[in-house]
Amino acid sequence: MITTTIARKVAMALSGLFLILFLGQHFTINMTSVFSEKTFNFLSHFMGNNPLVQFILQPILIFGVVFHFVLGFILQLKNNKSRNVKYISYKGSANASWVSRNMILSGIVVLSFLGLHFYDFWVPEMNYKYVEFLPQDPDRYYEELVHKFHSPIRVSIYAVSFIFLSLHLFHGFASSFQSVGLNNKYTKSIKLFTVAFSLVIPAGFIFIAIFHHLNG
Amino acid sequence: MNLKLKIWRQAKAESKGRMVTYSITDVSPDMSFLEMMDMHNEQLIQKGEDPVAFDHDCREGICGMCSMFINGEAHGPDRLVTTCQLHMRKFKDGDTIIIEPFRANAFPIIKDLVVDRSAFDRIQQAGGFVSVNTSGNTQDANSIPIDKHDADKAFDAATCIGCGACVASCKNASAMLFVSAKVSQYSLLPQGKVEATDRVLNMVKQMDEEGFGNCTNTGACEVECPKGISLENVARMNREYMIASLKG
Amino acid sequence: MAKLDSKIPKGSLSEKWTNHKSDINLVSPANKRLIDIIVVGTGLAGASASATLAELGYNVKTFCFQDSPRRAHSIAAQGGINAAKNYQGDGDSTYRLFYDTIKGGDYRSRESNVYRLAEVSTNIIDQCVAQGVPFARDYGGLLDNRSFGGVLVSRTFYAKGQTGQQLLLGAYSAMNRQIGRGKIKMYNRHEMMDLVLVDGKARGIITRNLVNGKIERHGAHAVVIASGGYGNVFFLSTNAMGSNVSASWKIHKRGAYFANPCFTQIHPTCIPVSGEHQSKLTLMSESLRNDGRIWVPKKLEDVEAIRSGKLKATDIEEQDRDYYLERRYPAFGNLVPRDVASRAAKERCDAGYGVNKTGEAVYLDFAAAINRYGKEQAHIKGLDENDAALVKKLGQKVVRAKYGNLFQMYEKIVDQDPYETPMMIYPAVHYTMGGVWVDYNLMTSIPGCYAIGEANFSDHGANRLGASALMQGLADGYFVLPYTIGDYLSDDIRTGPISTDSQEFESAEKEVKDQLKAFIENNGKHSVDYYHKKLGKIMWDKCGMSRNKNGLNEAISEIKALREDFYKNLNVTGGADEFNEQLAKAGRVADFLELGELFAKDALERTESCGGHFREESQTSEGEAMRDDKNFTFVSAWEYRGEPSSAKLHKEILKYEEIEVKTRSYK
Repeated sequence: MITTTIARKVAMALSGLFLILFLGQHFTINMTSVFSEKTFNFLSHFMGNNPLVQFILQPILIFGVVFHFVLGFILQLKNNKSRNVKYISYKGSANASWVSRNMILSGIVVLSFLGLHFYDFWVPEMNYKYVEFLPQDPDRYYEELVHKFHSPIRVSIYAVSFIFLSLHLFHGFASSFQSVGLNNKYTKSIKLFTVAFSLVIPAGFIFIAIFHHLNG
Repeated sequence: MNLKLKIWRQAKAESKGRMVTYSITDVSPDMSFLEMMDMHNEQLIQKGEDPVAFDHDCREGICGMCSMFINGEAHGPDRLVTTCQLHMRKFKDGDTIIIEPFRANAFPIIKDLVVDRSAFDRIQQAGGFVSVNTSGNTQDANSIPIDKHDADKAFDAATCIGCGACVASCKNASAMLFVSAKVSQYSLLPQGKVEATDRVLNMVKQMDEEGFGNCTNTGACEVECPKGISLENVARMNREYMIASLKG
Repeated sequence: MAKLDSKIPKGSLSEKWTNHKSDINLVSPANKRLIDIIVVGTGLAGASASATLAELGYNVKTFCFQDSPRRAHSIAAQGGINAAKNYQGDGDSTYRLFYDTIKGGDYRSRESNVYRLAEVSTNIIDQCVAQGVPFARDYGGLLDNRSFGGVLVSRTFYAKGQTGQQLLLGAYSAMNRQIGRGKIKMYNRHEMMDLVLVDGKARGIITRNLVNGKIERHGAHAVVIASGGYGNVFFLSTNAMGSNVSASWKIHKRGAYFANPCFTQIHPTCIPVSGEHQSKLTLMSESLRNDGRIWVPKKLEDVEAIRSGKLKATDIEEQDRDYYLERRYPAFGNLVPRDVASRAAKERCDAGYGVNKTGEAVYLDFAAAINRYGKEQAHIKGLDENDAALVKKLGQKVVRAKYGNLFQMYEKIVDQDPYETPMMIYPAVHYTMGGVWVDYNLMTSIPGCYAIGEANFSDHGANRLGASALMQGLADGYFVLPYTIGDYLSDDIRTGPISTDSQEFESAEKEVKDQLKAFIENNGKHSVDYYHKKLGKIMWDKCGMSRNKNGLNEAISEIKALREDFYKNLNVTGGADEFNEQLAKAGRVADFLELGELFAKDALERTESCGGHFREESQTSEGEAMRDDKNFTFVSAWEYRGEPSSAKLHKEILKYEEIEVKTRSYK
């Protein structure tokens, strides 16, 4: 099914859009931590223990992430191979934005960040719940979160990664609509929304990290 | 004006190429880029050297044969022109101009700046037509009215000259703009709709077999296209392709 | 080969083609599979013929020298294609199109062929629309038409300024369908080097693969030449750089008569020459004359001021402008036929009124049209019709929609904005009405060898009307040749494949190889272009827009001398077994150097003025062309006899049964 260029392009777009949806959801929950420790703990506990989320949505999400980056790498490899002899002089900036030409770079940064992020939150979480079978504690999440942002180095890494996420979204979001065949009178609005989304969401995540660093 | 030219020289497909530097004097700003190349070749011939091979024919921007990659851009720094329409007034005295062939694995080099773009022909052969007999015994031309907007859009897509600048400019050497222009032209017209499903599947299949890269929506093709073919066509082809795939 | 039988069918003019189609022999579908046809050239005529022949079931081999059939120079035709559809209800009919074409051709074309052309013209439009050619349409969704020079109706179908491109891509798509089915074998980057005759019949060609220099033999039961015109004999023309006469000239040397070589069309609206470096001229579509007004200043002092840059075109007051076409030809005004418009421009420039540095340019001004359209739009939109800035803006928008791509092209080349200042134009060589002589079936005087499209001489007489070339190319390829070729091929159903091992192929190949070798081994000092430019200059100065006896005699001896020098002092770099554009060009220029002489000889022989051929000795007191119907109502068909100077003239007398031969007047 996804062997042709267009099928892959569409798959890339759809998985990307799915991840964007997840990103919105993740952002919403995290943002509650700024306003209300209680809400945040409640939502985190729900997400962490609801079987639907844990055993159906979580695997889908992980699959989505893996699918998106594996396909991204496959496409990149094929693209690299479609021009074996490179240009001596290639003025990419003359006709395309830096972000659109460097999705693989922003993607790799985001992927590395995901590694760190999994190491920070997901691995301990899995360890807590499914390896050591520690007792449930619905109020632990906020503390864990704040704890993680003690280190200024981690906060900086998070901030830089989110800048790359912003760049990735900046091209990827609107581009997904083009990939699935939408290029019409709404395209302008989609592009505006993309700009807003790719600025607000990563900035928000950075804000959350710094907020907890300063207040923690 | 006086210029320095750095030109890719390669004797034949299998030989190794390299950049060779030349200088050229007394170039008039009113010359077209290819006339400057003619002048340069004339000087090479006088010196008993092999002139630079490059493709060119109509020299009025419509045949799509000229194909140079000039200073890092397909058809050079000007917009909405082919190399033959690029004029030397776009350059300054003392400039160095780097001239390379269009590069893509699907466009193998024949000699110097001449490349083989027959992959484009094969894509068209896979489905870039309406299967109607050429007997003329068809219905009257005015029997199917066509919405002017659709007709105009079909025309805009149909103005593609098949030069390959889209492939050359794309960082992935993707041919999506070229293929989508043809797919769009036909899918917008009632005459072409009948076989739209097979057309898009077959043409995309051939495109992939030729070894072009994937589209990543950088939009470079649209900017460098001498005929200003719109990315809308690529979106339309994506749409058509998805629908066609689902239909089977 | 003394015969010159045009094979015009009997019967009344309007029934000839219908009757002929019923009378001629056909080849059964099963037998078509056994027959091979070679087509040389992939312009409108060649592509449409290849597609149709393949569709009928023949095995077609098609050759073009470009990297793809889509590059053929038909692609550059801008304005449109005529058809007697009468969609506008303005009184058009097959007869009127026929009449206009004969009259436009100054009564030097074959009545029966032209009538057939007018008859099939309507089919072309149906066919092209069915193929998905995106012609211009109005808001009701129906096809739009515009008017062209030399006619009083709107019968020209168009696709902005890219009609040729759209039609060619249509024919190319039809070809692609057949290539995909394996019925056409396409040979790109192959040049025809010679025709091979076996037992007096055309049985194949020798080609050179332009990528690796390989000489190849191709056999077939019939050979169709669709390689276009020979305008490049002038070096500077609106033709593509590669356009050449070689295929036509090779068959001429093998026995095909060459007809009316001196009938060349000089197109009035081209971008003027800018300097010595010029490699080709760019046409600005004749359709521009629908809205543009042509003028030069009335006063010589204004001309001086413009040339020295003291005045601009827009500074010249209305009363100081000479709209010379409107003045001389009130009935047709700016829409007189091409030959008339070209000569009028030359007349003004020769009198010293040319408006650029070289003194060879006139203005084509859109200010009046912009103003008119702007007012119309303002009225429609209920805006102020007296607001000059608004009117200009609205008017420019209309003009942009009609001619946008042409204006853009002009601006890129000349670096002036034609929306603000008038365009400068000057006539340039554009189309050759002359070509290989063919009979009613489009067969040349060599059995089995056909010529279609611009390569033949048949339909345009001494001058071609705008938007007729596309019509003729497609008519020949889609609707005429595929029928008439069957008549000849019906004798070949038992012949079997043509072997390329025969003595005839052997010796033709050897001749080709010897010539190439001679070019390569010639260690002269001049490049091919050096000779081509020299030839072009002789042609333009002495066989151009107006010709006289002395000039033509000089041209003949100068071309002969140039040809001799060419063979002595030519320098071709590189080898024969590689991609070598110099070598390919050398062969083409060698043929131009022979054709040029025959051209001048033909012009010398025809002491009348007619159509594009203006003999200074034959003009009215007002300077208009004067035909000599008594002595020259014939087609000059030249037989090759070794040297162009010894070519033998055969006359095909033209009989006009339906049309009364009149003085062509556009006043």
